[in-house]
Amino acid sequence: MVDKTAPAGDESAAEPPDANTGAAADERLREVSAMTRLMRRPELGAIAGLVLVTVFFLLTANANMFTLAGIMNFMAPAAQLGILAIGAALLMVGGEFDLSVGSMVAFAGLIFGTCLVVLGIPLPGAIVITFIVAAAMGALNGQIVLRTGLPSFIVTLAFLFILRGLTLVGLKWATGGSTQLRGVKEAVGDSWLAGLFSGDALEGPFAWFASMGWVDTFKNGLPKVQGVPVEVIWFLIFAAVATWVLVRTRFGNWIFAAGGDSNAARNSGVAVNRVKTILFMLTACSAALVAILTVLDAGSTDARRGFQKEFEAIIAAVIGGCLLTGGYGSAIGAAIGAVIFGMVLIGLTYTTIDQDWYLVFLGGMLLTAVLFNNFIRKRATGER
Amino acid sequence: MAENGSANNSDALIDVRNVVKHFGSVIALAGVSMAVNRGQVLCLLGDNGAGKSTLIKTLAGVHKPTDGEFRVEGKAVDFDSPRDALDAGIATVYQDLAMIPLMSVTRNFFMGREPVKKLGPIGFINFDEADRVTREEMQKIGIDVRDPQQAVGTLSGGERQCVAIARAVYFGAKVLILDEPTSALGVAQTSMVLKYVDQVRNKGLGVIFITHNVRHAMAVGDRFTVLNRGKTLGNFSKEEITMDELQNLMAGGKELQQLSASLGGTV
Repeated sequence: MVDKTAPAGDESAAEPPDANTGAAADERLREVSAMTRLMRRPELGAIAGLVLVTVFFLLTANANMFTLAGIMNFMAPAAQLGILAIGAALLMVGGEFDLSVGSMVAFAGLIFGTCLVVLGIPLPGAIVITFIVAAAMGALNGQIVLRTGLPSFIVTLAFLFILRGLTLVGLKWATGGSTQLRGVKEAVGDSWLAGLFSGDALEGPFAWFASMGWVDTFKNGLPKVQGVPVEVIWFLIFAAVATWVLVRTRFGNWIFAAGGDSNAARNSGVAVNRVKTILFMLTACSAALVAILTVLDAGSTDARRGFQKEFEAIIAAVIGGCLLTGGYGSAIGAAIGAVIFGMVLIGLTYTTIDQDWYLVFLGGMLLTAVLFNNFIRKRATGER
Repeated sequence: MAENGSANNSDALIDVRNVVKHFGSVIALAGVSMAVNRGQVLCLLGDNGAGKSTLIKTLAGVHKPTDGEFRVEGKAVDFDSPRDALDAGIATVYQDLAMIPLMSVTRNFFMGREPVKKLGPIGFINFDEADRVTREEMQKIGIDVRDPQQAVGTLSGGERQCVAIARAVYFGAKVLILDEPTSALGVAQTSMVLKYVDQVRNKGLGVIFITHNVRHAMAVGDRFTVLNRGKTLGNFSKEEITMDELQNLMAGGKELQQLSASLGGTV
């Protein structure tokens, strides 16, 4: 990363002194170099980080990490975090935080589990109810923030505790005293919808790859990796759609505007409150999606689900180029940030390094990303 | 209208009479009257706290007037939001510019009114079109934006003002409200903005130019309305008043005159 900053520094030194003001302003505009254009991309830091981490593990980790099976191993947790991180990133670009997403995962898990196991609602109904409840909680968060003008940091911090507490209380009520609710798999049965939210996808193509000898197979001819975990598919689709919405659509422009300067946006006719409320609902729904995926996968839900995920999601978003002050960031960057997380979390098990370094890495990465982003933003926008 | 000395003809784009605005116990506007015509620059002068900002925010649909008449092109209006005012052709360029430094020139130019291209049910911003229009409109006012995707933060203060004005004009504003557009600018950039204001007037738009710099007001103004403590102190045409009279009226007291005299007339 250091060598990338060097040419930028040279440029500023070569910049002519600000001698003539006035009409000559155009001549003073420097030709935009390819480097500046590249640095204008908010996700540059995340890509640099991804390259760095990949190189690190190529050098230190067991070669199994970068086999197909190894990649699926770290992509599964990366995908779960990534879904949260993309929601968090959009909300951060929109100028708000949601510290309650981790607790929301647990709370949505409770709603989902209770619907299936206790109330006996079929899977499609349970999924719809879970999303509706999550969206309602997100809207509540948003309305409190917007109507009171309080920082979303404080409001959602309150909900971090409220939702976690409600989950504990709710689980004990639903199970008669336990903080774990089992029996989800039995309740789901063989619903056609379960395949969309659990297990592997693309099994057909993988079997075909195996028959063509393109992927590693067991002795009986079955592929070692039977498919892509569904959460990875959800993650990739969500990343693609969120990125497209953010950079290509009117709603995306409004997200940037609402986060950049909500007053200026309002004065220009942007429906700031609606944008922010939708983003809060989206963030909560991404937590609900993660809850549904993980609960169906594990067959149970418990009160510690999603613990501290809000921080990891925000860190991934920041690594992905989101500014804490809003108005700037990237969904694809947050997705890459989440992949970096997954790589380090799982990758360390392929090395001889003590896994507890993970937390040190986490903090270090956050600090580096913030410093890097700050620098990039000043360079790229010519902010004074 | 006559009693307020406003230009009384059918050309009035905005006609405000005895507008009152209360914020709780605070009387921000206590009966303000003014009118703006097509192809005219009305300078709204007043010291801090005179009610300039409240008045323009009322015109721009941010505040609802507590009492009084507000007509746009002869029709009584009642705005619920800035959007309503925009739709009625009243565009405001605020002191804080309504520009977002981290966003590109194009994104800022079209903020809130993005050109949407439809592909089946999915709509997305037509960036080719948006970039082209932005570059063209900037060229018209003599700013060569090489890369419309560059952040607004890279433009100078004067250029940013001109982008904001160009945006309002492009989107069909009939009346342009400029809130202290020159207050933070240097000499050259101020003249750039004033020149552009003159261009806008020649296009037949009405301009409300808020300032407390009498020199800038005199440079482009056709009519002058002076506010003091939430009231209209007077409406004047350019011939009726001199720069010094305007200055004294604005200050509204003898103290400043004395101070000005003791400082050699430099205030």
